[in-house]
Amino acid sequence: MTSMGLAQAAYADDYITLASTTSTENSGLFDAILPEFKEATGIEVRVVAVGTGQAFEIARRGDADSLLVHDTTGEQRFVENGHASERVDVMYNDFVLIGPADDPASISEAQSASEAFGAIASAEAPFTSRGDDSGTHRAELRFWENAGVEPDGDWYRELGSGMGPTLNTAAAMDAYVMSDRASWVAFGNRQNLTLLFEGDEVLFNQYGSLLLSRDKHPHLKHDLAEQWHKWLVSKQGQQAIADFRVDGQQLFFPNAK
Amino acid sequence: MENNNAFEVALSLLLNLDASLFQIVALSLQVSILAVLIAAVLGFPLGAAVALWRFPGRGGLIVVLNALMGLPPVVAGLMVYLLLSRAGPLGDWGLLFTPSAMIVAQVVLVLPILAALSRQKVEELLGEYREQFVSLGMSRLRMMPTLLWDARFALLTILLAGFGRASAEVGAVMMVGGNIEGVTRVMTTSIVLETGKGNLPLALGLGIVLLTLVMLVNAGVYWVGELTRRRTG
Repeated sequence: MTSMGLAQAAYADDYITLASTTSTENSGLFDAILPEFKEATGIEVRVVAVGTGQAFEIARRGDADSLLVHDTTGEQRFVENGHASERVDVMYNDFVLIGPADDPASISEAQSASEAFGAIASAEAPFTSRGDDSGTHRAELRFWENAGVEPDGDWYRELGSGMGPTLNTAAAMDAYVMSDRASWVAFGNRQNLTLLFEGDEVLFNQYGSLLLSRDKHPHLKHDLAEQWHKWLVSKQGQQAIADFRVDGQQLFFPNAK
Repeated sequence: MENNNAFEVALSLLLNLDASLFQIVALSLQVSILAVLIAAVLGFPLGAAVALWRFPGRGGLIVVLNALMGLPPVVAGLMVYLLLSRAGPLGDWGLLFTPSAMIVAQVVLVLPILAALSRQKVEELLGEYREQFVSLGMSRLRMMPTLLWDARFALLTILLAGFGRASAEVGAVMMVGGNIEGVTRVMTTSIVLETGKGNLPLALGLGIVLLTLVMLVNAGVYWVGELTRRRTG
């Protein structure tokens, strides 16, 4: 009985496969908004949550019907190269700096993100970096550059891991780490870590939805994917994103134009 | 998560077996058991054939089979991913991110174990039986079922080794299944997900549930084996 039920669920046709990032999945955003979308349209969205780089690769090979990621430059390049026909802003969250509660580099007193990153480097306080070419990793590298620092040395640990494992490692090492706010708020193993720096506008993290190319991938479920793409930026979709809360805190801010 | 003890979490997971956990458990078993059965249908005759026939490159094939027992799951996953991806040779089948893709990947992982270990066992038996076979004038093709049947208890243990490999791996099913909730999420990918969220007690609790399941499957197979052994002497 069960196996038959599973087989049916797996082969129903009114679904799309969405390649997206671990930060959206881990925060619980999809659990909150996908049922609303399904109710409105009858379409089930199956999320494959990977790093932004891998999500692009999955879409480029024609293995996903839709793409929701956070690397605006990469997304625009994806459109220019003809893999997608349209890209729209959907929402943003922000990056925050996390570190040991005693804050040895005193970044909680910093006035800007650059100052905070600079303080960590000059104190040579342990910092764990994603190091996986994800959207978050690329953003982190930009912030070091803005701070005029070449992150290098024993204090800078490149892990090559997702956000969750990187936070776990930072907690175990009592190290600084940059996280998207959603992953941090939903993270359950904080130990001695605490949020130390937030709010600088450069830390905003824009998410975009892409409509994939009909020419390159005629086999994809473009019509269903387009309904999803449009729903995300519709009044109802934007409201669903705004209503999503973890511990009473809003994690994603809709900003479709 | 209110209670922080992994064993308590595991116990409450087992006691309040909710629909989503049940589905994850059922899919884990379904994928791994099917993969092992398919691998057995292909791997045991392959192992027996390599044991029975002499052909050029046989030594090389044995070395390759033995080496593939150590194939990293993530490499198997990557190979199957490239094969089943829309841009790959079997892309038109549309199997990526489905349970079928996960079964294919696990067959790739389990097949070498079943083939390599059964090859060794059958070759041992062949040494014992050879004179009898010769006196009966049996062809190699006729020897194969006899040898496989007489090796059945060893093959059962080999099957369990294969099942252990399949149920424990995460790299391959994560890559070709995509860990999609309600569709391709299995025990091991759930554990990775919960670890990533920092829900360590829940992750460990799921691990205990998985171990319990594997233990039950092993106990069942052991019991069936003992029963038949006693009956057939």
